Amino acid sequence: MTPIVEVTDLTVEFARSGDPVRAVDSLSFTLDEGRALALVGESGSGKSTVAGALLGLHRGTGARVGGTVRVGGIDVGTAGPGELRRLRGGVAAMVFQDPLSALDPYYAVGDQIAEVYRVHAGGSRRAARARAVEVLDRVGIPDAARRSRSRPHEFSGGMRQRALLAMALACEPRLIVADEPTTALDVTVQAQILDLLHELRRETGTALLLVTHDVGVAAESVDEVLVMRDGREVERGPVGRVLGAPAESYTRRLLAAVPRLDGPVREPLEKGAPLLEVRDLRRVFGRGSKAVTAVEGASLTLHAGETLGVVGESGSGKTTLGRMLVRLLDPTGGRLLYGGEEIGALSERELRPYRRELQMVFQDPVASLNPRRSVGESVADPLRVAGERDETRLRGRVRELLDRVGLDPDRYEAYPHEFSGGQRQRVGIARALAAEPRIVVCDEPVSALDVTTQAQVTALLAELQAELGLGLVFIAHDLAVVRQVSDRVAVMRAGRIVEQGTVAEVYGTPRDPYTRQLLAAVPSIDPVRATERRELRREGHQELAVA
Amino acid sequence: MSRFVLKRLAGAALVLLALSVLVYTLFYLAPGDPARLACGERCNPQQIAQVREQLGLNDSMLVQYLHFLQGVFAGRDYSTGTSLVHCDAPCLGLSYQSDRQVTQLVLERLPATASLTLGAMVVWLVIGVGTGLLSALRRGGPTERLLTLLTLAGTGTPVFILGLLLLMAVCAYLQWLPFPSYVPLGEDPEQWAWNMLLPWLTLGFFESAKYARLTRSSTLETLAEDHIRTFRAYGVGERSVVTRHALRGAVPPVIAVSAVDLGSMFGGAVLTESLFGIPGLGKTLIDGVKAIDLPVVVGVVMVTGTFVVLANVVADLLYAAADRRVVLT
Repeated sequence: MTPIVEVTDLTVEFARSGDPVRAVDSLSFTLDEGRALALVGESGSGKSTVAGALLGLHRGTGARVGGTVRVGGIDVGTAGPGELRRLRGGVAAMVFQDPLSALDPYYAVGDQIAEVYRVHAGGSRRAARARAVEVLDRVGIPDAARRSRSRPHEFSGGMRQRALLAMALACEPRLIVADEPTTALDVTVQAQILDLLHELRRETGTALLLVTHDVGVAAESVDEVLVMRDGREVERGPVGRVLGAPAESYTRRLLAAVPRLDGPVREPLEKGAPLLEVRDLRRVFGRGSKAVTAVEGASLTLHAGETLGVVGESGSGKTTLGRMLVRLLDPTGGRLLYGGEEIGALSERELRPYRRELQMVFQDPVASLNPRRSVGESVADPLRVAGERDETRLRGRVRELLDRVGLDPDRYEAYPHEFSGGQRQRVGIARALAAEPRIVVCDEPVSALDVTTQAQVTALLAELQAELGLGLVFIAHDLAVVRQVSDRVAVMRAGRIVEQGTVAEVYGTPRDPYTRQLLAAVPSIDPVRATERRELRREGHQELAVA
Repeated sequence: MSRFVLKRLAGAALVLLALSVLVYTLFYLAPGDPARLACGERCNPQQIAQVREQLGLNDSMLVQYLHFLQGVFAGRDYSTGTSLVHCDAPCLGLSYQSDRQVTQLVLERLPATASLTLGAMVVWLVIGVGTGLLSALRRGGPTERLLTLLTLAGTGTPVFILGLLLLMAVCAYLQWLPFPSYVPLGEDPEQWAWNMLLPWLTLGFFESAKYARLTRSSTLETLAEDHIRTFRAYGVGERSVVTRHALRGAVPPVIAVSAVDLGSMFGGAVLTESLFGIPGLGKTLIDGVKAIDLPVVVGVVMVTGTFVVLANVVADLLYAAADRRVVLT
């Protein structure tokens, strides 16, 4: 078989204020026609840089590219402008990550696909539009002729990702380069997109280079895996071998950190006293005809020392629920009992004594820390609010907290940008603990982190919980993470809790069809099982289609 | 959308009302005697008192303001000593100086200001947007450095200096054009255009510096966005990427700022009008302030205010039309 991609000794360096950063370091690999290869690695491993190099996207950016890259017989490094343009989209088409920002907000989706098509195939505007509608229809956009006139913001996330796939398909490329194509999507939508990609490739015989941080996504989609770290190859081989019997210790660590639906769960624990009891909690945003009910009739109980997982897809109301639990949002209706007392309707003044006992850890550790305050000051804030005035005691306590979450206490004066994502999330946890809370609501605390960092942060949370007897609410979209950290789980959909129970109940014998659908969509890191499950999903799909 | 417009118009009415109160208050706090100025230098105290009575200046400030409101909404009658003048709503009052109706005065002066402003807008859009786009595309090169220098110089040069330099160069030294004097468009379109040329260029050049900076920054912002990378990665040529995609994203802010600028200049581009002797609203305003001619000042301020407020509504509508993600509420 002839290779469609041949990369030899690829090195990419970015000039960054003085000394250059080597993003890719003498990497070599080949990809045969019609085959699929995944570049897997954590953030900063250089995988996206490699994808860009295949299309010559580093040209004119000041990056230094060494080695040779040949795609479809074209030497990307030396190709002239015309040849490069033919390569881009005609031979190899890129599917980008964030489907909202990857399309021009000012033009109709169909026009954008038509524009790209005309660059390569020429022909009339009308023919290009017809082709755009054809490929949109092919990727499963309902009523494609009409929807092709919509602008990107009028599409849902999944439809935008489909539209990007349609754009890639338009010129019938021999290679699709997909850079984290499903990272921004909900798990059920992710499964649909991956299944679609699989089907399209089977039909057209297009080769695939998939860039992903998610081992499960790779297991579902490719023949071969190349694990990257710090710009270098760690391990490469058939997907079953690399994921099933990794040769390198880094790969083993990476795989061990991936939360799995068949991984270990927490020991069942003795429930403490009920800390928080919620009955029929409700929240409506907006008024009149524009009113949106974000949470409806949510009832749950949280005990001391227990972790309650809340899972759901975007827009299911899980964040709204979490914020109401700590009264960052006022409930529209229902009861919120903390230690037996109704706090749902207390005024801000009356709530003051409870505030410190109800804390929150936020998703985005970058946005939730003030960039202009040192991390020590950020952690000290809740203490100052609680009335601590003695600077020596304050500093001592903050250093203790930083040390407790695994940070160097001497970095009190350092600013958030000097920390990595995982370290920033540790600062966020230290800040939540500063007030000595009894309940901590963590809203997607690890979803912005790499899997190895994710594992460290969840371990830290479990440790702190055992030590302090905290009641934890763990909100996440990732079913495997929730399974791993929780004692009990609530599944949310469209503002309602559709199912609630122990981890064993919800994951072992799910009663609600939606829970089953969610579980079926979680990628498995075992490629054999992934194929089986794809078949199951296909059949499930057909059942749905008949009904 | 019609709800949005109605809401905004109601807000506009409130703004204008507040504006008129403000002008009246300022006027009464300011020193000077309008009656003495209206009467002339050789008036004796009795004559001045008579004029003061005639102009209604002996009434309290509140009564005078209510009379003004009555004029605007219902019209009112004025005695000019010898005869009675009826002034229809919306009546902005009678000039203290000339006894003329301010509403008519404003309508007379408006075309000159409109000619100046609209022409200048064409100049600033062409030159400003062009310069901004060019400097965004030649980022880092000598062209950009030169354009940045010119733009900075343009922002820093007061409009009267720029106008004087142009006058001296074109009319006095090179003698390409006669010294401009305003000819109404209705009388002789060709003469109108020739005479407006220098004022247009002066105001247009001056404003274009701002637009160049605005266009440059919004083009650069758009060029850095992810969707530009998409089209480059699909082999779309750089020219198409820039003209179809980058420029398209840079246009909405330019439209919004232009509409607001146009609105405020309709109230008179004071300096340019004075410099070239264009009988527009700006010149009227200056004369009114000098003579403490309250009705004229209030009249021009109200008209300017109306244009500014309306221009803001139009700017929002245009922005929403240019960027469909914007929802007007």
